[in-house]
Amino acid sequence: MKLGILFSGGKDSCYASYLAKQEGHEICCLISIVSENRDSYMFHTPFIEKVFLQAKEMRIPLIIVKTRGEKEHELVDLETAIKLAIKRYEIEGVVTGAIESVYQASRVQKICNKLKLECFNPLWQKNAEEHWKDLLKNKFKVILVSVAADGLDKNWVGKEIDNKNLEELIQLSKKYRFHLAFEGGEAETFVVNCPLFKNSLEGIFKPQKFSEEFLMFKKEVKV
Amino acid sequence: MILVINICKEKLHYYEFVKPICDILEKNEIKYFVKYYKEVDKKDLDKCNKIVICGTSLFDNEFIKNIKKFSWIKDIEKPVLGICGGMQIIGLVFGGKIRKMSEIGFYSEYFDKNFLGLLGKCEVYHLHNNYVDFSKIKYFEVFCGKEFSQAIKHNEKNIYGVLFHPEVRQKGLIEEFCLS
Repeated sequence: MKLGILFSGGKDSCYASYLAKQEGHEICCLISIVSENRDSYMFHTPFIEKVFLQAKEMRIPLIIVKTRGEKEHELVDLETAIKLAIKRYEIEGVVTGAIESVYQASRVQKICNKLKLECFNPLWQKNAEEHWKDLLKNKFKVILVSVAADGLDKNWVGKEIDNKNLEELIQLSKKYRFHLAFEGGEAETFVVNCPLFKNSLEGIFKPQKFSEEFLMFKKEVKV
Repeated sequence: MILVINICKEKLHYYEFVKPICDILEKNEIKYFVKYYKEVDKKDLDKCNKIVICGTSLFDNEFIKNIKKFSWIKDIEKPVLGICGGMQIIGLVFGGKIRKMSEIGFYSEYFDKNFLGLLGKCEVYHLHNNYVDFSKIKYFEVFCGKEFSQAIKHNEKNIYGVLFHPEVRQKGLIEEFCLS
């Protein structure tokens, strides 16, 4: 099936893309929504402007649509983006990285239903610890690009999650009671390498080497 | 041993409609095995104690064309729980008709009597374009949904159906069915 991925560049939409490809689907395009509203429940992603680098490494066309991020109006912008994907790439379905947010998932389902598109949510209801372990097992290199929860200080920003600090993250999520997959916006992630990329983006985002990028990471810290 | 029946045409939908139910069973240390509906045979039905028929996506109606594959439901004496598409399958097997009605997202439903642990006002997650009106099928009692049948049970057998997705909200319903 020809699919478009609702793509933020974070671990969930990247892993959902990976599963779609694993199951034999054709990923025709990535669809990214850039929201001006930093408090949007639908599209808040601090690193959205960097998704073109990922799309380039995936060799997949990218559709970017800007939205002012006003509640419900942003859904009209999402629908516009999906319609564009239908027109340009004849997609038959949409994939999301939704895990627990009924707010997000049900809105995408309604748009897909209206446009007569299949809607796939392959991470739906997935256990967060299992999700992180699958990401690491499948060689996804995920960095945190912003944090906004008690227990996650600025030292986590720019850090790649590996087997060692995942254990620490699990303990912190239990102690401070935040969602380990960051479903409540407790942190935002960005994938710098995964099996879908031709080349790694690790060098580009290495904080010590690129101080300017690191400052950008730091700006996103909300503690 | 629970037989979990997958009715999804697309393999990618397994993760969304079948795996969450398997996760609930694993969390409760309940043994289970998954079979695609076209591959369910007598051996599978003999091997299990209970059966869960999972739902599928809004546009996946392939199972309706293959409803004969579920004719075993009429004769089985083991408990069966049909979820969304699974409930529609039960309705079709017992002579009901598919009707159009879309509900997507959280809804508040009222359960007149205890239904697998649900009683009174409860929040449920809907994802369907169709339903079967069970009020017109004589063997069934409707526990929730006066206008549109939301939760039903066979009068004589332990055959249950829910139009909503308890694997998203009301996971306890699945636990109650499997553990009781």
